[in-house]
Amino acid sequence: MHNFELVKPTTIADAVQALSGEDAQPLGGGQTLIPTMKQRLAAPARLVSTLGIAEMQGVCTDDHGRICIGGATTHASVTAETASTFPGLSGLAAKIGDPAVRNRGTIGGSVANNDPAACYPAACLATGATIVTDKREIAADDFFQGMFATPLEEGELITEIKFPVPQASNYQKFEQPASRFALVGVFVARFGDGVRVGVTGASEDGVFRWSAAEEALSGNFSAEAVSGLSLPAEGMIGDLHGSPDYRAHLVKVLTGRAVTAAS
Amino acid sequence: MPKDSGIGASTKRREDVRFLTGRGRYTDDINLRGQAYVHFLRSDVAHGTLKGVDTSAAEAMPGVIRIFTGADFEGVGGLPCGWQITDRQGNPMQEPPHPVLAQGKVRHVGDPIAAVVADSFEEARDAAEAIEVDIEELPAVVDMKAALADGAPKVHDDLSSNLCYDWGFVEDNRQAVDDAIKGAHHVTTLELVNQRLAPNAMEPRVAIGDYAGHNDESTLYTTSQNPHVIRLLMGAFVLGIPEHKLRVIAPDVGGGFGSKIFHYAEEAFCTFAAKQLKRPVKWTSTRTEAFMSDAQGRDHVTKVELALDAEGNFLAYRTDTLANMGAYLSTFSTSVPTWLHGTLAAGNYKTPLIYVNVKAVFTNTVPVDAYRGAGRPEATYQLERVIDKAAREMGIDPVELRRRNFITEFPYATPVAVEYDTGDYAATLDKALEIADWDSFDKRAEESAKKGLWRGRGINTYIEACGIAPSALVGQLGARAGLYESATVRVNATGGLVVMTGSHSHGQGHETAFPQVIAEMIGIDANMVEIVHGDTANTPMGMGTYGSRSIAVGGSAMVRATEKIIAKAKKIAAHLMEASDADIELKDGAFTVAGTDKSVAWGDVTLAAYVPHNYPLEDIEPGLEETAFYDPSNFTYPAGAYICEVEVDPETGKVTVDRFAAADDFGNVINPMIVEGQVHGGLAQGLGQALLENCVYDENGQLLSATYMDYAMPRADDLPSYRVDHSCQTPCTHNPLGVKGCGEAGAIGSPPAVVNAVVDALQRGGKDITHIDMPLSPGRVWAAMNV
Ligand SMILES: Cc1cc2nc3c(=O)[nH]c(=O)nc-3n(C[C@H](O)[C@H](O)[C@H](O)COP(=O)(O)OP(=O)(O)OC[C@H]3O[C@@H](n4cnc5c(N)ncnc54)[C@H](O)[C@@H]3O)c2cc1C
Repeated sequence: MHNFELVKPTTIADAVQALSGEDAQPLGGGQTLIPTMKQRLAAPARLVSTLGIAEMQGVCTDDHGRICIGGATTHASVTAETASTFPGLSGLAAKIGDPAVRNRGTIGGSVANNDPAACYPAACLATGATIVTDKREIAADDFFQGMFATPLEEGELITEIKFPVPQASNYQKFEQPASRFALVGVFVARFGDGVRVGVTGASEDGVFRWSAAEEALSGNFSAEAVSGLSLPAEGMIGDLHGSPDYRAHLVKVLTGRAVTAAS
Repeated sequence: MPKDSGIGASTKRREDVRFLTGRGRYTDDINLRGQAYVHFLRSDVAHGTLKGVDTSAAEAMPGVIRIFTGADFEGVGGLPCGWQITDRQGNPMQEPPHPVLAQGKVRHVGDPIAAVVADSFEEARDAAEAIEVDIEELPAVVDMKAALADGAPKVHDDLSSNLCYDWGFVEDNRQAVDDAIKGAHHVTTLELVNQRLAPNAMEPRVAIGDYAGHNDESTLYTTSQNPHVIRLLMGAFVLGIPEHKLRVIAPDVGGGFGSKIFHYAEEAFCTFAAKQLKRPVKWTSTRTEAFMSDAQGRDHVTKVELALDAEGNFLAYRTDTLANMGAYLSTFSTSVPTWLHGTLAAGNYKTPLIYVNVKAVFTNTVPVDAYRGAGRPEATYQLERVIDKAAREMGIDPVELRRRNFITEFPYATPVAVEYDTGDYAATLDKALEIADWDSFDKRAEESAKKGLWRGRGINTYIEACGIAPSALVGQLGARAGLYESATVRVNATGGLVVMTGSHSHGQGHETAFPQVIAEMIGIDANMVEIVHGDTANTPMGMGTYGSRSIAVGGSAMVRATEKIIAKAKKIAAHLMEASDADIELKDGAFTVAGTDKSVAWGDVTLAAYVPHNYPLEDIEPGLEETAFYDPSNFTYPAGAYICEVEVDPETGKVTVDRFAAADDFGNVINPMIVEGQVHGGLAQGLGQALLENCVYDENGQLLSATYMDYAMPRADDLPSYRVDHSCQTPCTHNPLGVKGCGEAGAIGSPPAVVNAVVDALQRGGKDITHIDMPLSPGRVWAAMNV
């Protein structure tokens, strides 16, 4: 690892100030960034920790009934604090990594990173969440722009994520045997006005919404509604752990299972 | 009644106190005054001509002490191979040089090109990034068949081809086996891959070289399973340092599984550089480096044929294997697919005719060598998979087919050159069926079906040859080492004992189990016995620990030395009690004269040995210290039966091991708890191979599974709660403890049981699948179901 400066602001304003420096980068739980730096694949000059910023911690509900999660809230806190209000999301956070990862890693770090196999992006897409930064609000549909790609500018900080709460929801994660990230993960969310399906792990274009399933499920919220659908293997990821065909197949199986679990 | 001390007691492991409280002293915990750090710049291409290494910019960087390249090792020896194989024509194998740092060419990703020694680890790494390496990339050979094709790029330009050897065993049987297969009622054929594994000991490798100018002595601290072997190989073949000027210390070692047997370039480098620089030089492997530099395991591609008569009797068995050596010959690489593999081809069965052919192949990959089981898992997998397939083809129950062919009379000389001294394969099979609840399988299968899962069961029997020996035999077979073991037993004046053993403990629990044996022999508390190992300066020349040999060979040496101690102590006791030594009995730590009430305590005798005021000085010397070297007359042959039950999710291909039963015959057992622990660990590795682990290179020789993000290690929740039993005991007939060894059994016996179970589940689910290559990951199982 190369040397770097570590700044620990206590307010968003101070963080934004610190991030304006050359080669500065936010540091959440460091569960992704620190290993990358150890491998010398990243060498920021300054890390600005989000963990001491009280405004970015914890879970609350806003006037629209949305669940708002501070960008520096750990996966473990999300698990605990949304257990009764948004069990679908709580269940998702509970299955990220292992206890050490869940106690360090943050929702802001995960969403900012937009790993194609990460879990939260599926929930963000499936609920139509809003990603709030120090500069603006970005709809989930506009935020996830392909593997590791987001509209975040250099030094832009995710301060909060707002989730509309579905009537019913469930996340099904099929683990990649080595990393235990999602080989495929499907988040199904049912709202009064329709169903949304967010799929992670599967596509070369990163997390996506499976619109054919959304349509079918909006008419008939049952596993049978998707059993006749098929997803083209083209554009799916193929690697040591599964072919594009296999991933396309898993998307369908997991969507059905998520619907059954949510019903 | 379970015993609470001595042989047979489940004494808790005394070493665990320091391991579990963070007080172990591993090599990386050692930091020497003035120590420098080395970082190896490794090749990022699999094959290429090294046109130039420009270190000038790097040398000017902060903290850099010196940068070494291959040129610094001209005139220095290369890493030796410890076992010469003779091919079918009687010619020696092709044996290329293995320089400490690459010379002329790089041959695998991870091949060390330069070594930067600096004041700190980070400075060494920074400087390494500034080295300019000019490599002209060459096409890589990765696939073994392609490596043997005419015109394939050569890994070693000076060799005639990429073939290391073409070995036939037993060559004289070749024709007879061919005839028997041609004329048989039924022949079952199977092609299978025993995939490459990365050993992944919890502690990565570490080496520290140190040099003392005042007496010209070099010391190497290293993560080794056999410090004396490293001293001999490195001293004699690489650096030209006589053994009396070289000390090798392997302190606490956090697992080896074979990967820490071998002599590695980094060890030789640190020792060499420390002498050149007159400063200690330390290297600590990162996990990524471990994937690119620790010798890997398995990697056999095999065609198997089993010929049977109409009743299912095995008539002949033939295997044709391509065995991957990687880019260089690691220390014992050549023996693994040959003598550690071919000799086990008979398994537990009385097949009269066997022929094993192995072609060992060089490729542009990390060297391959012994890994837990070493050759025997490969032999077992081939045989037990093809038997299962034969049973299915012939409509014979797989348990019955095995039983019908079991060897039942001992000693039994196999057609592949070994003699099993003892065993009872039906006993372990029956025990396994019992603890697996074999008969109530159908009920469990129904329960699984209700959940939409397919249940299957697989059985496997195995035999292994442990306690590798005898020296004279292995010498004839090409070993360049002896395979005895040593122990010095030193009794102190106040009665405590120190055992200096040539065995090495790196997780096996010797510090607990070895004293239990002495406690039993003398009748004293095991806590009066201390085990010293891992330092060439204070242990007799020993061969170390691998091949489940410690208790069978090292334990036997300790018993022999202790017997000498007891014989001498009896003489002293006889003198003290004015009796004849023939009448002296030792029991519960006291010497008595038979038929009298005369008695002297153990401590009185040991004190007399060192304070010989009243002592038979005319007959015996003072002191109580004895050494024994034990060279066994045969291998030991642990055997057993394993049963696996799986559930397969037909929608996703996911396999869950629901239960696993292991009935082993290890002969006599010193510490049942430790033995069970060894079986548990072996099963974890075997199930890891069967379901998860896979070391994969792409066609350019890039390692795709180079981190834990892609190399799947078994975790606790991948494994069931095992049912293990070792109550079937046929003691070894030729060693003093009647022990056989238990370290590798789990890893040898489990993969075929798992694969047999998964194939069974798929068949029961209506899929006509006869084989899937390991690991049986969900993606592979699903692909097999959906071709
Ligand atoms: C062993 C292991 C297993 C894992 N398993 C899973 C899994 O199953 N599913 C899963 O989804 N993830 C998994 N992860 C990833 C984990 O969830 C990480 O915590 C997460 O991806 C990154 O969060 P972090 O807070 O650690 O971010 P960091 O590592 O600190 O940062 C990651 C990136 O985000 C940026 N960043 C951090 N915070 C912010 C912010 N507030 N605003 C803007 N940018 C920011 C950083 O600059 C950096 O570029 C695993 C990680 C490990 C180590």
